[in-house]
Amino acid sequence: MGSAPGTEPVTASRHRLLDTGFSTRGRRNLGTVRGVSLPDDGLVVVVKQDCPTCRLVAPVLGDLAATVYSQDDPAFPAGVGVLDDTDLDASVALGIDVVPTLLRREHGVETQRAEGWDRDRWRELSGVADLGTDLPDWKPGCGSRTHDPEVADAMLVRTRGHELAARRVELAGLEDEAEALYDRGWTDGLPVVAPTPPRVLRMLAGTTRASDEVVAVVPPNLVPATVEKVAINAVLAGCRPEYLPVVLAAVEAACAEEFNAHGLLATTWGAGPAVLVHGPIARRIGVNAGGNALGQGTRANATIGRALQLVIRNVGGGRPGEVDRATLGQPGKVGLCFAEDEDASPWEPLSVSRGVPAGASAVTVFAAEGARGVVDQISRTPGSLARSLAAALRGVGHPKLAPGFDAVLVLPPEHVAVFAEAGWDRARFTAALDELLLIPPEELVRGAGGIEEGVPAPRRPHPKFRPGGLLVAVAGGGAGKFSTVIGGWVGGPGGSSPVTRLIEE
Amino acid sequence: MTFVLDPTDESRPASRTVGPRPDDLAGRTVGLLDISKPRGDVFLGRLETLLAERGVTVRRYAKPTFTRPMPADLRAEIAAECDVVIEALAD
Repeated sequence: MGSAPGTEPVTASRHRLLDTGFSTRGRRNLGTVRGVSLPDDGLVVVVKQDCPTCRLVAPVLGDLAATVYSQDDPAFPAGVGVLDDTDLDASVALGIDVVPTLLRREHGVETQRAEGWDRDRWRELSGVADLGTDLPDWKPGCGSRTHDPEVADAMLVRTRGHELAARRVELAGLEDEAEALYDRGWTDGLPVVAPTPPRVLRMLAGTTRASDEVVAVVPPNLVPATVEKVAINAVLAGCRPEYLPVVLAAVEAACAEEFNAHGLLATTWGAGPAVLVHGPIARRIGVNAGGNALGQGTRANATIGRALQLVIRNVGGGRPGEVDRATLGQPGKVGLCFAEDEDASPWEPLSVSRGVPAGASAVTVFAAEGARGVVDQISRTPGSLARSLAAALRGVGHPKLAPGFDAVLVLPPEHVAVFAEAGWDRARFTAALDELLLIPPEELVRGAGGIEEGVPAPRRPHPKFRPGGLLVAVAGGGAGKFSTVIGGWVGGPGGSSPVTRLIEE
Repeated sequence: MTFVLDPTDESRPASRTVGPRPDDLAGRTVGLLDISKPRGDVFLGRLETLLAERGVTVRRYAKPTFTRPMPADLRAEIAAECDVVIEALAD
């Protein structure tokens, strides 16, 4: 390790996301690589000049009557006929992982293989009894140039580029990438990562779903979005490949009929789609559910919600000033994603209360306006704290409008502990809120409190939230008696309902 | 030179031209579409009165809710029955 490129010790397995698949696939599919002519019978050796072991064995190659391929220098080794494999086609076709590799082919099929230098094995395989007498008994080989990071992108595109169906757009040599992508209208105003074919192929490695599978029909233009299109936008957003299953589930949820993404986009109200991640995938891919979960600084949080918004913009055609008619919008419309802290929560996960099997990973997409903090550093009893939170929740939309807008309440550890220590579970807490948020008609009626806004002619108490219109999640840092209210938009069939979908990995 | 993959739906918007505006409304049917925002009906009611005074045939329509796109059937119905449509937003 740490030596020159190509001379690192060979590891048994490569990171999945960098593995282009040809080490095993090439061997299995031998003969299917187009334009590669391999000898049907005889010995084959694959070497590269950059490898000390290859240079060690170079003097004996003339004794083998083998076909010799060189991965990096057609003039190496001197003194034997060498086939130029700097394009690595033969190496891919032969499934070379290590150089030097000596192998025997019979009737077009590989029958034996030796990797690195092993004198006994090479003598046995070649049938040359006195081969390499002056060489050491054994010396391990180097990584095949097909695994060199310098050529990995090119190899990836050559082996799997045919899976990509999206139109290729050429950027001029003098164009600045960030400016070029902005100028084409593909960004939310912030710079994006250029969705080059290798990046998109690496992104697609994050899912087992086929790249041409349709994920959802995306409003407002009702365009079918394939896994590939979502992956391209995930690259733009800055996602890592392991985030892709979450983005795919979020796109599917946001395009569900009951979410009404078209209406949410078109309304002059400022809410946008937010993503709440449930289950073990959140911890595994690093979605922050702890300190600053709603803030900046965590890549998964910052990019997953952004990828969803870019899909709606680029695939669905939903752009501010066009179908997006928001009067003011809110900063989270660039993208808002966080996770429930299920490990720290004393309560049943929100996802389980919404019907997701315990232990499964899922997303809930909900309409979200800007997050607003609620201070209560004094309450130590569940009744007092519930009344505090209810008072803050009443302000969602307008304190005199009920029911109407949905909301998500995010409880931090120090607040949820007050309820848990008193024996309140999730159901008891939400039942208490429902009761506290039943608002008398005289407080709601238009004109009450000297405010013209309000309910036209309320005759009985109104619930602040429709059934299912208030979601409660636990997240946040260990210190701070501050909850957060995330107001939504008109809830239910006349507006948007939160949608939960399992994450398919 | 860099190649990037197109993140959009790759389709140009269907080209649509606005129909010719009639010189007058004599003998024509005017559709009044209420998107169901508060007080849109007040505005359209007044328009209906003014148009009727001029001998114009008026038909009233309403979207079920302003928060969702218009049902395709309603759009087809208006297109089939009217020469002109006036849509009211209000609050």
